[in-house]
Amino acid sequence: MAGILTYALHDDEGNFNKNSLGAISESKKLADQIGGNAGVMVVGDISDEACASLGNWGAAKVYRAKDVPEGLAQPIVDAMAKVIQDEGFSYALFGGGLLGFEIGAGLTARLGAGVTMEVTQVKVQDGKLVAERPILQDSQIADVGYVSEPGIIIGRLNAFDTVESGGTAEVVDVQVELSSWSTKATMVQRGEQRGADVNIEDADILVGGGRGLGAAEGFKQCEELAEAMGGAVAATRAVVDAGWYPYSTQIGQTGKTVAPKLYLAAGISGAIQHKVGMQSSENILAINKDQNAPIFEFSDLGVVGDLHKIVPKLTEAIKAKKGG
Amino acid sequence: MKICVLVKEVPDAAVQKRIDSNTMRLDRSGEKNLNPFDTHAIEAAMQIKEGGAIPVEEVVAVTMGPDSAVRALHKAVALGADRSVHLSDDALAGSDVCATGYSLAKVLESESPDLVLLGQQSDDGECYTIGAVVADHLQMPSLTQVIKIDVTDGKLRCERQAEYGYDTVEVELPAVISVGDAINEPRYPSLKAIMGAKKKPLDGKATADVGIDGGQVGEAGSKTSVLALNPPPAKEAGEIIEDEDTNETVEKIVAWLDERKLI
Repeated sequence: MAGILTYALHDDEGNFNKNSLGAISESKKLADQIGGNAGVMVVGDISDEACASLGNWGAAKVYRAKDVPEGLAQPIVDAMAKVIQDEGFSYALFGGGLLGFEIGAGLTARLGAGVTMEVTQVKVQDGKLVAERPILQDSQIADVGYVSEPGIIIGRLNAFDTVESGGTAEVVDVQVELSSWSTKATMVQRGEQRGADVNIEDADILVGGGRGLGAAEGFKQCEELAEAMGGAVAATRAVVDAGWYPYSTQIGQTGKTVAPKLYLAAGISGAIQHKVGMQSSENILAINKDQNAPIFEFSDLGVVGDLHKIVPKLTEAIKAKKGG
Repeated sequence: MKICVLVKEVPDAAVQKRIDSNTMRLDRSGEKNLNPFDTHAIEAAMQIKEGGAIPVEEVVAVTMGPDSAVRALHKAVALGADRSVHLSDDALAGSDVCATGYSLAKVLESESPDLVLLGQQSDDGECYTIGAVVADHLQMPSLTQVIKIDVTDGKLRCERQAEYGYDTVEVELPAVISVGDAINEPRYPSLKAIMGAKKKPLDGKATADVGIDGGQVGEAGSKTSVLALNPPPAKEAGEIIEDEDTNETVEKIVAWLDERKLI
């Protein structure tokens, strides 16, 4: 069977991840074209109803491994490798996100399978899947084919749209024997929130700060500008990791995805990991002192200059304009 | 214990990269440098060694690549590694992720490390995946994108950001850990270390020396192939302002915002 197996990630309450649902819809679409089924791997104690509900996004069959823990990749590699081999799946497809990368990479080694990551689109050529992967800072798109089965496809964050069909999936339980090394990493604490919870996803205007701010104190000028504009402040992963700003404001690969009316990027270079979280913004304005920063390649207005000089004056100008 | 750090030579970030249209591979000529993410992995190794929570006998830098990759090893040694291993063989050219991970696992196997560290991504494209591929071949637990490592009771306590926030994970040794750039601030090598780097031992290895099956590597042994390269869908280039007079610049920005009804 030329089917496609995906993995549905869920949080501790059993809510499925949006990128996983997108991957299910994408695999349903592709499986129809290559004459196979969309299978979904679910680990942990998830109810029959919840598993069956994945049919709404296109799953034909859900393989549930109740005893396999959620949250770390290697036990899930064991589970997916078994299902791929037992059921003869031709491809495994993952939505964006850290676990998808790790599981996909683990399957590559386990099954001797080809892998393509950061995939933005998948197409069918001669009954086989071909993955489109942007390379060299998105300056070219490589069409990558697989010389043998199974093939592993790891999508870029939000590459695959969810499509609801109202269907119901068949649910089967699978028994998985974990590899000895898969049990040697254990979760101590999952999903810890650090810093205040700010809802940046609903803001019409976001001022994003990056390493170019120079220090945690640099965020003060972003906050003042955001306040003047009636917006909120967001941050890149680099500055969140550095402890300059709370995780709840992080945009990109492992953070949130936003599409405000205006995204004003201050001191953000525009690395792919950040870009995927904000590229759908209606208007992108970037201020950066490095004229070669990749952000200028996808901003609508790029300002090459020192943000420490520009941002405070911009804040004053906007205040004056609004006041008058 | 013995720590192996996987390092890679990548084209310098300042150099325009291109694909060789004949081979469909990245043109690796021109200025090269040690992958910036790998300097964080070396620093993490040095901090574990200097931290004293677990005795570290040796830090070994390991790379796979053409002759020129020796420079990346020299840099790694200047940053603190005790010696280095260079896997180099014409048979490896054109290896995809699957073949590269297998080859690196074989050369690491010959070193029997207690901990393998690497940068979470390389500047030239193989993002996030190599660590997990290597770990499965070595049958070791693994974690990627780690931003904090503490050694307690002979185990690693690692932190990272995952889909739902920060995860804390305990990992038994031996293990493969890939680190993010937030984990530390790499030190600058001293002039003495740079001068002494070429004197530290460097082992050259060919595929046969570490038991690599030639059928599983190189372009012929790879499981993916690049079928075509296309330009991305064209996006209209944005307007660029060079800030010469900040008052003028701010006026232009405000006008631009106003035009789009964003104020």
